[in-house]
Amino acid sequence: MSVDIYKINPEFRDIMPQEIIDLEENATWAGESVEKRGINDLTDKKEILEEHSLCAGCPEAAALRYILAALPLPEETIIVNSTGCTSLMFPHIALHTVHSMFGNQNAVASGIKRTLDWRFPDKTKDVVVLAGDGATIDIGLDYTLQSFFRQEKITTICFDNEVYANTGGQESGSTPKGQVFKMAPKGKVFDKVPMWELAVTSGVAYSVKLTASAPKKVAKVLRESILIAREIGPTYIHLYTPCILEIGLAANEGLWEMKEQDKDRFDDFKYVSDEAADYLKKCKKEGLL
Amino acid sequence: MSIKNMTKEKNWSGQKLVSTDYLLFEAPREKHFMTGSEVLKEAIKRCTVDASVSYPITPQSEAAHLIGELWAEGYVGLYFRGENEFGVMSEVQGCAMAGARTVTTTSGPGTLRAMENFPTWSGTRIPCQLILMARGINSPLTIQPDNLEVSFLLETGCMIWYAENVQELFDMSIAAFTVAEKPDVHVPIITAVDGFFVSHTREAVMLPADDIALEPYDPYAAPLPPIDSEMPPGRFLRDPFVMKSNYISYATHASWQWEVRSAVERSKPYARHYLNGLVHTTGEENAELVFVACGTAVHQAKEGQRELAKLGIKSKVVKLRTIRPFPHAELLEATKNAKYIFVPEFNVVGWLDKEVRTSLYGKSDAKIVGRPRVAGGMSMPAEAILKEVFENTNLKGA
Repeated sequence: MSVDIYKINPEFRDIMPQEIIDLEENATWAGESVEKRGINDLTDKKEILEEHSLCAGCPEAAALRYILAALPLPEETIIVNSTGCTSLMFPHIALHTVHSMFGNQNAVASGIKRTLDWRFPDKTKDVVVLAGDGATIDIGLDYTLQSFFRQEKITTICFDNEVYANTGGQESGSTPKGQVFKMAPKGKVFDKVPMWELAVTSGVAYSVKLTASAPKKVAKVLRESILIAREIGPTYIHLYTPCILEIGLAANEGLWEMKEQDKDRFDDFKYVSDEAADYLKKCKKEGLL
Repeated sequence: MSIKNMTKEKNWSGQKLVSTDYLLFEAPREKHFMTGSEVLKEAIKRCTVDASVSYPITPQSEAAHLIGELWAEGYVGLYFRGENEFGVMSEVQGCAMAGARTVTTTSGPGTLRAMENFPTWSGTRIPCQLILMARGINSPLTIQPDNLEVSFLLETGCMIWYAENVQELFDMSIAAFTVAEKPDVHVPIITAVDGFFVSHTREAVMLPADDIALEPYDPYAAPLPPIDSEMPPGRFLRDPFVMKSNYISYATHASWQWEVRSAVERSKPYARHYLNGLVHTTGEENAELVFVACGTAVHQAKEGQRELAKLGIKSKVVKLRTIRPFPHAELLEATKNAKYIFVPEFNVVGWLDKEVRTSLYGKSDAKIVGRPRVAGGMSMPAEAILKEVFENTNLKGA
């Protein structure tokens, strides 16, 4: 079982940092826990994300914590990342992760998923792509959509902060029309790209747009999307994680910004294909949800 | 077809597993008549390949179709057409990082479209193989043979081998997996041939039987753990060092890049064994006139050498079989008696000429002439070679 890779060699235990020992002793791994993992673990269990290096109060960091806490099978999960703010957090994740280049995340994930299915036909291996809006929608749009067309069994999560934040605040395809950012000094001239709708048109079995304002909702959507990706086809989560730095908010104001947008640009959008809906019902019956 | 059908003796398609030495040097061979694309299918068939990703571009398309047929026939584990070469090379990276023996093919503009992937491949130390069927680069639009694209690949940290003909493509592409996968090497390998001249030309080749194949790739012998959640460590880094501005992060990046290039150098003993040497020479051993070439330019140089011999002029052809690592010692030894070194090439920039000059700088007194250079699909007749020899030397035929 893959959880074994977190077991510490007794010979080295005395020199191991506490955070590594905690991962073995107090993290929730699906293989050993009777109870379902979830965001409630955040209060007293060891998190899979160690301290992160994002700005204080960054909603993206909170969202990643919810996601990692809610992964149904973390010890068998590979996360593929792209360049951006998220790539600052990735080295802090205690899972096998990949940062390859900027925009090719869904192509790399396709190769990984197909190979793991080939090499481990009797095991469940979840492959999750986690990238920003620039990576998903601009530079990587081709690879994102093509992985949907090909029906790759991966979950794609876009952390939409509506801006290229890591490079200093430039307009992205996901920026709302009219917003003044760098490279759009007169305001953005075209509409926010409706990626959650493009995903549906491109053949995903599940597409949800939401903000990270409600942790339990994020956790539920993540579990559903991973379960569907295992059996049915590609799934897509479009998650608003505002860049408080670039829109001029204080560290404690991210949550309120997300709550505001719950009623505006990120009002509920949820598409579940008929086949996926049936499968979710089955999962509920079996206690997987 | 399932990997579960593989045993210690046989791979998933039922082929008997054999060593590379047996497959290349010992197994009885029979004569066949086929193109470079067809022979590549025969090579891949005998390599227990887990994964291949393809994309159409002339002149490599047929080779990519034929690998697809191997998948349909149950020899290759997984295969699909990617969205474009940038995507394909990223998919190849995913396959190889997840522990698959992986092969792909491309040509010319496809190579350039995929470019960002190649240093990423070597930086992630994946031992995948790219079969490069070289063609010209736009603009103007061309699909003809021309190996300018190889010059763009020289500093990617990938190994580059160059096959002269159909037979060499078969043997090299098998040896390539073995050398690339050595734990102390473990970098990507690009096996190049000249498009059309090799991919589309039918030649006599000697092939071992197809009921034997290479031992499978063992990702757990790799210097980096495969991305499969099966091998420690669970977390690779503790800090995102590349994003930090301090000496440690600079030194980490620099030493990693040096190590990739050292790994390429460490492939030399293995390559010498499996390729029977990094250079091959033909002609008069002590000739003062030496041609240094790779690929089909070697074939033309040999024709030039034979024509010169008819005129009583002794010459020698040095074929470079590995470009990365560059065979410095072998080249110096092979050119020690040279007064004139000609580097005939199928491109306008003369990248091999520059390589040869750099390698011999301060070590050889020979006059180095980077000619003839033909490109864009032009052929290189022996007459063109002789013309350069007579214009640039004081050698006169009898």
